[in-house]
Amino acid sequence: MMHQGPMITNQGRELVGRAAFLTGCVALLGLVGAADMALAQESVAAQAPTAYRDLPIIGSRNLVWIIAQLHLLLAGFVLGVPIFAWLCEIVGWKSGDKRYDKLAKEFTKLLTSSYATTALFGGILLFLLIGFYPKLMAYLTDIFFPSFLVYCALFLVETATLYLYWYGWDAMSEGNGKKFHIFLGLLLNVFAFFIMIVPNSWATFQASPVVLAEGTDFERAWAATWNPTWWPVNIHRLIANVVLGGYICGAYAGIRYLSAKSQEERYHYDWMGYVGNFIGVFGLLPLPFAGYWLMREIYQYNQQMGITLMGGFLSWLFILQAMLIGVLFLGSNYYFWLGITHRIPGSEAQYRKPIMAMLIILLLCLAVWMTPHSLVASLAEAQQMGGTHHPLLGVFGVMSAKMTVSNLMVLVTFMSFIMYWRAGKQDTAGWAKVAKAVMGAVLALAGIAVIILGVWGYFVPAIIRINYFSTSQVGIVIFVMLTITPLTALLLKSAKTTTEMVWGKMPPRAGYALVLNAIMVILLMTLMGYARSSSRVHWHVYGVMRDSSQYAFSPALGYAAALMALNTFLFCMLVAFIFWVATMGDKAKAAAGAKGSVEPGTIPAMAGGSQALDGPAPDTAQQNRPV
Amino acid sequence: MGGVLVRPIVLTVLIYLFLKFIVPILPHSAPLPSSLIFLYLMLTTAGIVIFETLSGASKDAFFGPIFRFLTGESGGALSSARYLVLALFPLLVGWQTYGSTASSDAPPAENRTIHPAPPGEYTGLSNPVPKTPENIMYGKGLYASRCSPCHGNFDGKGFAASGFTPPPANFKDPTTIAMLQESYLFWRIKRGGVGLPVEGMPWKSAMPRWELELSDEDIWKVIMGEYDGAGQKPRTWDESE
Repeated sequence: MMHQGPMITNQGRELVGRAAFLTGCVALLGLVGAADMALAQESVAAQAPTAYRDLPIIGSRNLVWIIAQLHLLLAGFVLGVPIFAWLCEIVGWKSGDKRYDKLAKEFTKLLTSSYATTALFGGILLFLLIGFYPKLMAYLTDIFFPSFLVYCALFLVETATLYLYWYGWDAMSEGNGKKFHIFLGLLLNVFAFFIMIVPNSWATFQASPVVLAEGTDFERAWAATWNPTWWPVNIHRLIANVVLGGYICGAYAGIRYLSAKSQEERYHYDWMGYVGNFIGVFGLLPLPFAGYWLMREIYQYNQQMGITLMGGFLSWLFILQAMLIGVLFLGSNYYFWLGITHRIPGSEAQYRKPIMAMLIILLLCLAVWMTPHSLVASLAEAQQMGGTHHPLLGVFGVMSAKMTVSNLMVLVTFMSFIMYWRAGKQDTAGWAKVAKAVMGAVLALAGIAVIILGVWGYFVPAIIRINYFSTSQVGIVIFVMLTITPLTALLLKSAKTTTEMVWGKMPPRAGYALVLNAIMVILLMTLMGYARSSSRVHWHVYGVMRDSSQYAFSPALGYAAALMALNTFLFCMLVAFIFWVATMGDKAKAAAGAKGSVEPGTIPAMAGGSQALDGPAPDTAQQNRPV
Repeated sequence: MGGVLVRPIVLTVLIYLFLKFIVPILPHSAPLPSSLIFLYLMLTTAGIVIFETLSGASKDAFFGPIFRFLTGESGGALSSARYLVLALFPLLVGWQTYGSTASSDAPPAENRTIHPAPPGEYTGLSNPVPKTPENIMYGKGLYASRCSPCHGNFDGKGFAASGFTPPPANFKDPTTIAMLQESYLFWRIKRGGVGLPVEGMPWKSAMPRWELELSDEDIWKVIMGEYDGAGQKPRTWDESE
């Protein structure tokens, strides 16, 4: 023991010496690489083909995990943004409101700057997969080679279309040029959709493979592509990409709002933040339904995989998911409510009670959603409960309760938006009273029906609940949206504006809420990406190709959560860097243009100027800007 | 302290008292674990903060007294209380830290996976025994002799039930066997507690390995008897079953 210290020192020196020696060897190997390769080929021929390679310290699986997650998040953003950028452009073109066109262009700028990074990470991922998992990649290539070619072709046309769409924006801003530009936007989205669903087939094949023993290359690839979870994942990802894109654009607007130095900038980024949040919420409303369909298909495809996800060791992820989605719902609603109280002066007193009611419903629903079936309890607590199921609240832990509260939360969020939409307006139509009564009745009956179906779901066979009750709950919520939205639009057509909306007066916490929403979505995607991937447990291709590497085990949830947090952080840093670079020129131009005309005393909110934005109700005479 | 702060504090305390003392005395209820009470109180706090920060005026009214108290602007008797809080808060944090890191002989809270995924060879199995009244009755007979000592009259309250932690499953509870396919029960009955997979840790199941005493056909019959006796239907993908 006494000699341990010097021994460690000697070992340290030895290690340093070895490291230097190894560095020299690596350099030497580089020089004689060609000769080595020839020798290696001979020895390799006598050995079995390499199935796995590893990387010291970080490990091959962790590196692939990080790169794949970053690539997927970037891809989600890049494929989601064109959808609403294009829709904004159409709105601007049809309404003649140039702000929408400007907004669409700003969205596309973020898209263009992220596109190359997405492709770069895709390339890195491919190299890593080929290097670390050569046997698996050879197998997948054998099955999917035809779709690899399709994917390459899609990338070429998508890139060409994006170039035309972005660089041709100003050149094609009027007349037929604009029409052609909008057509390019459509093409961009069509190609983007196919770029998403082709690799989805590779990933979903790994979870739910369909393998033809015979047939042409094309037939085998087609059968493998059309596997049981392909379309559920396609739909779920399409919607999730819109949500991700919307909230990230919202966060971008939030940060620009917080760092804005002029009132004009605040107007613009307040409005952009509102649009980003609206797009995120718009996608968020159908997302639970798409997720439910995906889980149903997984469960039906394989009971083992379904239980691993929903009842087994991955089931705790769904409690985390409930928390993240809950924060997202709360954050989105909070932003709407802040909009009512700050953008529509004098409305706080009128809407405080409805907001409180909606908040209480949201929190009650969230409490139910976050209550696990098996509770975390000490031995004494478990003995008092008679197990880890609580005899009374244990019923909140199963799908019937979760589906009910998620539907109610969607309803409340929808009504938040409707309330925001109607705020500051006075109905003038003669039938307004009847319409409002109808809307109130529809909403109340829908809420009651959703709860009744949820409770009844405990007393019928599971298949009846899954096939009829859950789908009816979703149908009811969609019916409410399809009834109340057009009725409200009709009412507002003839409504009188009593209070103009004031943009650029939101408090700083609204900007931070937008950033929080984006982080929640990113965390959610990293969480559920891990769940989907881990549900294959020790299989590369479920039931077909076993994982025989040293990493053929599921990491502990705490370890996985740490990597998810790291991936979220890395992605946020990456996006922040990309956006910073992309907007550097604009900021410089704006600063040059604003020299000498900066409003005195103007300090960005995030640099201590928040008091100016959070004071008493503003004088709207100078600052109104109708929307 | 400002009057605005009183309502949220009273609300939080009332919710805590309700969860801690009222919920356990409700019919068919039991005390809630502290993890759940903490979760609900966190949601309450989040709701209060959200509501009170909706406008600049309500935010100032809510946080103003707290800031004034902490900065010593309140004056009077509150100044002494401020010193007390500033002295006690680090002690509270220290006590909490000590409590969560000090070694203890109490077993840790566990997040037991009650329904781990079954091995691949048991998934997709369907009950090969015809669902006739005779077979169901035969299954109930086997249940009465082998299962009821622990699982009781399908309610988990057999005469031996009190000897087990966790207690035997209550099949009448719609969140137990009604959520599972028959093949899942077949696996759990056949292989018992010792057949639980790694993810089923901490393997707290006293379920015997019935494959040593019962044939596969008898196990399927027991399953039919269980569902029938508990008034539940197994999870299927076919509505006609």
